[in-house]
Amino acid sequence: MKVTWSRRHVLETDDWSREEIEHVLDTANGMLEVLSRPIRRAPPLRGRTVILFFAEASTRTRVSFELAAKALSADVVNITATGSSVEKGESLLDTARTLEALGGDVLVIRHGSSGAPYFVAQRVGAAVINAGDGAHAHPTQGLLDAYTLRAKLGDLAGKRIVVVGDVLHSRVARSDINALVPLGARVTLSGPPTLLPAAWRCGDLPSGVGYEPDVDRALDGADGVIALRLQRERQEAGLLPSIREYARTWGLTEPRVATMRPGAPVMHPGPMNEGVEIDAAVAHGARSLIEEQVTNGVAVRMALLYLLIAGGEPRLIVGAEPPTSIAGGEPPATPLPTGVV
Amino acid sequence: MRRTVNRIAHEIVERERDLSSLAIVGIRARGDALAKRLRDAIRANEGVEVPLGALDITLYRDDLTRVGYAPVVRETAIDFTVDDRVVVLVDDVLFTGRTVRAAMDALVDYGRPRAIRLAVLVDRGHRELPIRADFVGKNVPTSLGVDVRVRLVESDGRDEVEVVEMARV
Amino acid sequence: MTTFDRRALEAAGYLVVPGFIDLHVHLREPGFEDSETIASGARAALRGGFTTVCAMPNTEPAIDSPGLIAELVARAKAANAARVLPVATITRGRKGKELADLVELAAAGAVAFSDDGSPVDDARLFRSALEYARAADRPVLEHPQDLALSARGVMHEGRVSADLGLPGIPAAAEEAAIARDLALAKLSGARLHLQHVSTARSVELVRRAKADGLAVTCEVTPHHLALTDAWVAGDRTVAWEGRPSPRATPFDASTKVNPPLRTEGDVRALWDALADGTIDAIATDHAPHASVKKDVEYDLAAFGISGLETALPLLLGGVDAGWAALDTVIAALTTGPARVLGIDVPDDDWTVVDRAATWIVTAAGLASKGKNTPLLGRELRGRVVMSVVGGDVRYEGDLRAAPLAVR
Repeated sequence: MKVTWSRRHVLETDDWSREEIEHVLDTANGMLEVLSRPIRRAPPLRGRTVILFFAEASTRTRVSFELAAKALSADVVNITATGSSVEKGESLLDTARTLEALGGDVLVIRHGSSGAPYFVAQRVGAAVINAGDGAHAHPTQGLLDAYTLRAKLGDLAGKRIVVVGDVLHSRVARSDINALVPLGARVTLSGPPTLLPAAWRCGDLPSGVGYEPDVDRALDGADGVIALRLQRERQEAGLLPSIREYARTWGLTEPRVATMRPGAPVMHPGPMNEGVEIDAAVAHGARSLIEEQVTNGVAVRMALLYLLIAGGEPRLIVGAEPPTSIAGGEPPATPLPTGVV
Repeated sequence: MRRTVNRIAHEIVERERDLSSLAIVGIRARGDALAKRLRDAIRANEGVEVPLGALDITLYRDDLTRVGYAPVVRETAIDFTVDDRVVVLVDDVLFTGRTVRAAMDALVDYGRPRAIRLAVLVDRGHRELPIRADFVGKNVPTSLGVDVRVRLVESDGRDEVEVVEMARV
Repeated sequence: MTTFDRRALEAAGYLVVPGFIDLHVHLREPGFEDSETIASGARAALRGGFTTVCAMPNTEPAIDSPGLIAELVARAKAANAARVLPVATITRGRKGKELADLVELAAAGAVAFSDDGSPVDDARLFRSALEYARAADRPVLEHPQDLALSARGVMHEGRVSADLGLPGIPAAAEEAAIARDLALAKLSGARLHLQHVSTARSVELVRRAKADGLAVTCEVTPHHLALTDAWVAGDRTVAWEGRPSPRATPFDASTKVNPPLRTEGDVRALWDALADGTIDAIATDHAPHASVKKDVEYDLAAFGISGLETALPLLLGGVDAGWAALDTVIAALTTGPARVLGIDVPDDDWTVVDRAATWIVTAAGLASKGKNTPLLGRELRGRVVMSVVGGDVRYEGDLRAAPLAVR
C-alpha cells in the first residue's frame, strides 16, 4: 500500500480524504509507542525548527505541540502574544514576514481570527499547522478526537457521535465533524438554538451531520459524546438565559450518559467547566477518555509534524540514488506481516 | 533459506551460550519475520524461548528528505527490557549500513544492552559506515547498479532472493 | 482616434451607448487619498464606461457643508475625467445624531443625501431627513442595515458562514431596515432610494412598495449580481457559470463587502427584479481600499470591492447567459439612475464597448488605486474602449482589434 502524502500545511481537514486521515492516525500509533519508551524521544526532526506562534492564550495546546516537537528532537521556538509585538499592534502581515525571515520548518499558529492560518500560509515558506483559528477550525483537536474514538471503538463507520454545547463559537466542533465524518461516523449536534449556526439549525448541515436540540434524545443509543466548553460570556451576550439553565438542560450528567451504548466514551477538549457542561462524576468516571485525549494529542501532533517534514513533496537530490538503495533496506511502504510476538 | 536460517540460529547459540540473556529483534519490514524464524529455530533446537521484538526505524532514518513516498511509521514492539541483554538485530539485506545504524540508535533508546549483534540473510557489500555483520546467511558481491530483493513467505508468498538490474533514474 | 464618430464605431462593430451613470462610488478624497483620489477614481470610472459618478460623502471630513461641496466640484473639474456629482451627508459629520443643513447643501449642488456606510439608525431622525429632503427636492440614498442584527458580522449568514466559523450578517438585517425605511417613506412622501439591495426578500419588499405607489427606487451592484458567499470559502464560480472554476484560498478579504455577497437564490432574484423593473439602477458601490486595509485577517479587513472597471463585463456575462436583456442592463446604467436623481441623461456622453474583447484583471491594469477585487487574475469578456464626456473623448482604450473580425 503506497500512501500519497502531498499536504504542505494542516489548515483544516475539510478537504482531506479518508486515506489521508487514516494515515495520520496510523502514524500516530507509532508515535504513541515512542511516548511509552523509557526515553520519550526519537531523532527524525533533529536540526529542524518548529515555531509556535500563539497569538491567543492556550497553555494546553501549546504545551502539547512543544512536547510533540521535542519528542521528535526538533528545536522549538515559542512566540506568544504577550511576548511579541502583536500586542503593540503589529499587523499579521508584518508578523508573517518576520516569521518568514526567521526561517523555521514548521509554523504552528493559534489565532483569534478565523482564517488567519490561511493568510499566513500564503506568505511563508514553512509548513503551517493551524492550532486553532477563531471559531473556524482546530484540526489537530479533530484528529486527536478521531484517534481517541477509533482506539476505543474501532472502525468508526456507522458510529454515532454526539457533540453537545456551544457549536456556534466552537472550532473544535467543526474540526471534529471534518475528521469524524470522512471516517464514516455520523455526528449529532446538540445544544441551545442560539449557540448553533443558523443554517445548521435550520437543516442545512454538512453531510453526515444532524441536529437534535434535545440532548436526551441525542444521547440515546449514541456511541460516544464530546462536550464543548461553554464560555460564560455567552450569557452576557444574550445568547443564554442563564448558565444554570444550560447546565440542567444540556450538561452531561451520569443518568444522561448512561443512556448511550454500554461503554460509549465521554470526551471534552478542555479546559472543562465542571458542573456546567459536564459533571465531575462524568468527567472523571469510567467512560471518560479525557486524559487519553491529552496523551493522544501529543502523538497526533508528532505524526503531523513528522509527516509535514518527512512526507512532503519528493525532494530527490540530483545525482542521489533512488530511495530503495539509500538506506540499504526495504522501502518502509511495503506490506508486512503483523502480529510479531 | 530454511537451512540458512537454521545455520544462523546454530551459530548464535554456539557463540552466545548464555541463552537466558539473549533477545532477538527484527528490523521492520523483512527483518522481523526473519527474527521470528530464528526464534522458532532456537526453540526447536534448544527448547529455549528467546524474547522476540520488532523495531521500526523510520524515525531514525537519515534520508528523510530523500524519501519520495509517504513514510509509514509502524509501532515498535519490544515488550521486554533490553538492559543487560545481548540483542541480536536481524535484517534481510546488509548494504550501506545506514539501516543498521538507525536500528542501533533506536534500540539504545529502549535501554542499555550488554551487547548488540547483527544477523543478516544477505550481505551485498558497499558499506558506507563502519559496520559488519556477526552472522551472515550469504555474501552476495554485487555492483551498485543492482538491487537485492528478499521475498519471504510471510509477506510475499514465497521465499527467494533476487538480484535485479535497477532501472536508470 | 481623437474624435468620436458614432457611425464609424458602430460600423466597425462596437456597441455605442449613452455614458453610464453610477449612483454610488467612493472616491475617498478628502481624507483617504492612499485608497483613491477624485482624479484616480474619476479616471477609473471612464475606463469602466461611467461618464458620471455620484461621490459618496463618507470622507474625512464628511461632505456636510457647502464649502466642502464646492471644493469637491472644483477638484473633480480639474481632474477632467468623469463628471462627479456630489452627494452630501444626511446627518452632520455622518454621525447619525443631527441633520445636516440639507436645504443649503442642495442649493450648493448636492444631488442627493446619504450617510452611506451607515444607516440612519434613529428612525425619528430618519423621518425628519426624509421630510427635509422632500422639501429640498432631492432623493435620500439610504444604506439599509439594522446594526443590531448585523452586529459584528463579516459575511452573509448562511451555510458558508456556518462552515467557516465567521460571524454572519443575516439577510434580515437588510430586510428589516428596508421595511422600516419604506414605512417612513410612506409617512413623508419623500423620494427614498435604497442602496445596494442584495437579498431576494429585499427586492420583494420594494416590488410591493412600488405596487403600492411609493416613490421608492433601488440599486443593485454588479458584484451582488455575479458573486455569491461561496466566494468567501474560495469558490470562484460566477453565478451563471455551469462548471466550477478552480478554487482560491478561503478567507480572502477581497470578498469582504457590505452588504455581503449573498446566495445563489438571492442572485437569481436580483436579476429577476432587474428584468421586471423593480430595480431601477445598477451602481458599483466602488469601494477602493489601500492594501493595508485589506491585507489583514478577514474579520479585521475593511468592507468593499473596487468595482468601477469590472462592472460592465460582469453584467454582460449575465446578459450572455440570458438572465436579462442587454437593453435592460444599459437602461439600468443610464436612464434608470438619471431618473433616481431627477436629472436628464447628458446629451453628448457616450460609452463605446467591445463586447468580444477578453482581458485579464490585474492590479497594474486597474486605474483605480484600489486593487481590492476578487476578480484579480480572472479573464473577463467585454471591455469599454472609449468614454466620451460632453463630446470630448476622455478615455480611449484598445481600438485596434476590430470586433467584427473577432466575431
